[in-house]
Amino acid sequence: MRVSSFARHWLAALACGAGLLAQTAGVVTVAPPPKLTARRGAEAEAKVRVQLRDGYHVNSNTPSEDYLIPLRLTWSGGPLEVAGIVYPKPVLEKYSFSPQPISVFTGDFDIVTRFRTPANAPGGPAILAGKLRYQACNHNSCLPPKTVEFRLSVSVQ
Amino acid sequence: MTRFTAGLMPVCAAALALAGCSGSPPVNAGAPKGAKERKKAPDFALKDSTGQTVRLSDYKGKVVLLNFWATWCGPCKIEIPWFMEFEQKYKDRGFAVLGVAMDDEGWEIVKPYVERLKVNYRVMVATEEVDNAYGGVESLPTSYVIDRDGNVVSRHVGLVSRSIYEQEIEDLLESGRASK
Repeated sequence: MRVSSFARHWLAALACGAGLLAQTAGVVTVAPPPKLTARRGAEAEAKVRVQLRDGYHVNSNTPSEDYLIPLRLTWSGGPLEVAGIVYPKPVLEKYSFSPQPISVFTGDFDIVTRFRTPANAPGGPAILAGKLRYQACNHNSCLPPKTVEFRLSVSVQ
Repeated sequence: MTRFTAGLMPVCAAALALAGCSGSPPVNAGAPKGAKERKKAPDFALKDSTGQTVRLSDYKGKVVLLNFWATWCGPCKIEIPWFMEFEQKYKDRGFAVLGVAMDDEGWEIVKPYVERLKVNYRVMVATEEVDNAYGGVESLPTSYVIDRDGNVVSRHVGLVSRSIYEQEIEDLLESGRASK
């Protein structure tokens, strides 16, 4: 489907407004990155701020046990390609339910995405949809896996 | 304040209230209830891993430990071996453990897990209906100790000590038809 330049500007403006709002699902709040300027043929970084409710942890992106659900940031839509996602260094914490320390994130942390902008990417505004899937627990119970959805507004130049 | 922003306030308040409620720290309402305070445990009909229908009402006359759990839940993993021991130790005295898995993926992920652990009690996969009937099971593990008349004696949210379960089961088995 072709979307006119006018419509794309409006969509981008609307999404930019929505994207500025922190999105919460369960015990996790995500502050979407500010509007990103992406130059064709170059890379650009976007930082997603994650805030976790006190007393809870989420499994890291590399959980220490097979049965644990990892934290995952994914992107879709828009003209940018994901060149890499850098998660913070996990901490190894011991809980009453884990015989061994497990690899988790706690408190507030950032996830950085490196985007590559193809040389032939169409110029102008664009929107990327971000999803953060996580599974959280506290010291004695766990919450079902959830996904926080948010948007990143991009200007391709 | 404009009429527009004033109109938004109740909406925002409701949204904040909802956000505050979801995922709130679990409350362990574990203290056993006296016979007169007990309420009926909602009945259900769920399939076990062999395709047989399991109804809670079929267990009337037995003390039941109904455990909501999931394969991704660390605290649940601690309890499962306890519950297997309880099943073995008390089954001849009129006791049964029923496990209800809350995994969205269903049997695909639950069955291999249960087989690997050699779980010796009946395990089912939850439906939305059962989840709702039990008030929306959010934190796991959540377990109900149910008396021989099908009434809820206690509800435990989160990992509690093994001895608490043992004491409650023993008390109910000792008291025979405890709720009468």
